[in-house]
Amino acid sequence: MPSSYERLEPLLRSLTPEVLGALVRRYGDWQTCEDAVQEALLAAAVQWPRDGRPANPKGWLITTASRRRIEMWRSDSARQRREEQDFALSQSELASAPAVDDTLTLLVLCCHPALTAPSQVALTLRAVGGLTTAEIARAFLVPEATIAQRISRAKQRIKADGARFELPPRDEMPARIAAVLHVLYLVFNEGYTASSGTSLNRVELTGEAIRLARQLHSRLPEDGEAAGLLALMLLTDARRPARTTADGALVPLAEQDRDRWNAAAIAEGTALVTHALTNTRVGAYQLQAAIAAVHDEAARAADTDWRQIATLYALLSALAPGPMVTLNRIVAIAMVDGPEAGLAQLAAAGADPGLAGHHRVAAVRAHLLDLAGQHEAAREQYRLAAQRTLSIPEQRYLESRAAR
Amino acid sequence: MKYVILIHSNRMSQEVWEQMPAEERGAGLARYAALHEDLDASGELIVSEALGLPPTAKVVTVRDGATMSTDGPYAEAKEYLAGFFLVDVDSVERAVEIAARIPEAEFGNVEVRPVMDLSAFEL
Repeated sequence: MPSSYERLEPLLRSLTPEVLGALVRRYGDWQTCEDAVQEALLAAAVQWPRDGRPANPKGWLITTASRRRIEMWRSDSARQRREEQDFALSQSELASAPAVDDTLTLLVLCCHPALTAPSQVALTLRAVGGLTTAEIARAFLVPEATIAQRISRAKQRIKADGARFELPPRDEMPARIAAVLHVLYLVFNEGYTASSGTSLNRVELTGEAIRLARQLHSRLPEDGEAAGLLALMLLTDARRPARTTADGALVPLAEQDRDRWNAAAIAEGTALVTHALTNTRVGAYQLQAAIAAVHDEAARAADTDWRQIATLYALLSALAPGPMVTLNRIVAIAMVDGPEAGLAQLAAAGADPGLAGHHRVAAVRAHLLDLAGQHEAAREQYRLAAQRTLSIPEQRYLESRAAR
Repeated sequence: MKYVILIHSNRMSQEVWEQMPAEERGAGLARYAALHEDLDASGELIVSEALGLPPTAKVVTVRDGATMSTDGPYAEAKEYLAGFFLVDVDSVERAVEIAARIPEAEFGNVEVRPVMDLSAFEL
């Protein structure tokens, strides 16, 4: 039975960008408004379960946040009087303001290029996602003070840069949207890769990333990469129920119980990526989503269409090359042409500076040696990979393979 | 990615520090302050602490269920941990760049170690 706060939380979070947008539109200073909205959300979380949900939740939040904002300015009493007059005048206007959609503007502002990626992530989760500083801190396993500092400095930085609460010029939009996509990708990845760890008290970051990606896609339905990213998240998250054992150990894709995959998420993701690939310019998120879709549509691991996956990785290598793309492509080639073909390519790729000494090279080599029947050599490579990985679950997996 | 930057000291580097003229030492501390300020501003700092010298250490052992605590035998050790930074950064290159700004890097040595996490992988 969820607590009353848990039942309220989705509503509060979905209203966050609208409430913040309404305030910024009226008062202009989005830094102060953002703090005020955060406090109004906390007040709602305390008061609504106790006093009942107000008839107009959005109006309540706007009124409360406006009051909090004035309290923040209270040191200057003359300004306060002026502000309170403004406040009285503006309340009816604010509550009845048309629901201008501020979500996109907020996302773009929070992912401002002057900020580091961790700051973009923290600010986005708070200002658009409506998470509290404490929740963000728990999600990223860092102290709350670190996140609070990150957010306050990020807002100062944006202010210093002179950014306004409006969408940037059209020619800057592609780069700014790319930054938003990257931030949502990071949020998803953080949640997905950590989902095998102790999840007690951790906010569901994958769910949050999907929710925000969904919002972005609905604002930019013609953007193929926004659709591709949402599809990639859905198709990846669909496997989550089969991805870990009861004791938290990871199950590799080939050994997962596919009946436990989320069929609805797979159907939605596949439809999204199919539509995007057919109707928009191809991009890296779409290709990654397409690869995930090919994996997800195989009823058994043995049914996987590796030829198609190898082709998709070839396209991805051309469009967005990277060491992990190279390695995954080699695995696909090995599945089509045999492990020896993969090992030969791996020998060449391992000399690449981006891959030299990387534990994944050893892990892939181990896997291919196993497939080729060279089990003793494979064990040695598994051990090598286990010594170099920085992931505790991966280390457990690699050590267990080395011990087979 | 989280990295811990370990500042190793030894008797020699401690002497260098102690015998340093006041203004030079002040300059070293100012570099620390500037580093903290920059890491706060970028949001990369999680925590940093300076540690008490080896004579203040306790070494704890549990044998047959009994806890024993003795003054550290490490007073005689050549190298000891003088302090650390825990940072959250985009790359190992960035962690090394931060480590290079620590004054001790010039007369002691500073080690960068990645923090292991619970991240998973797809194979």
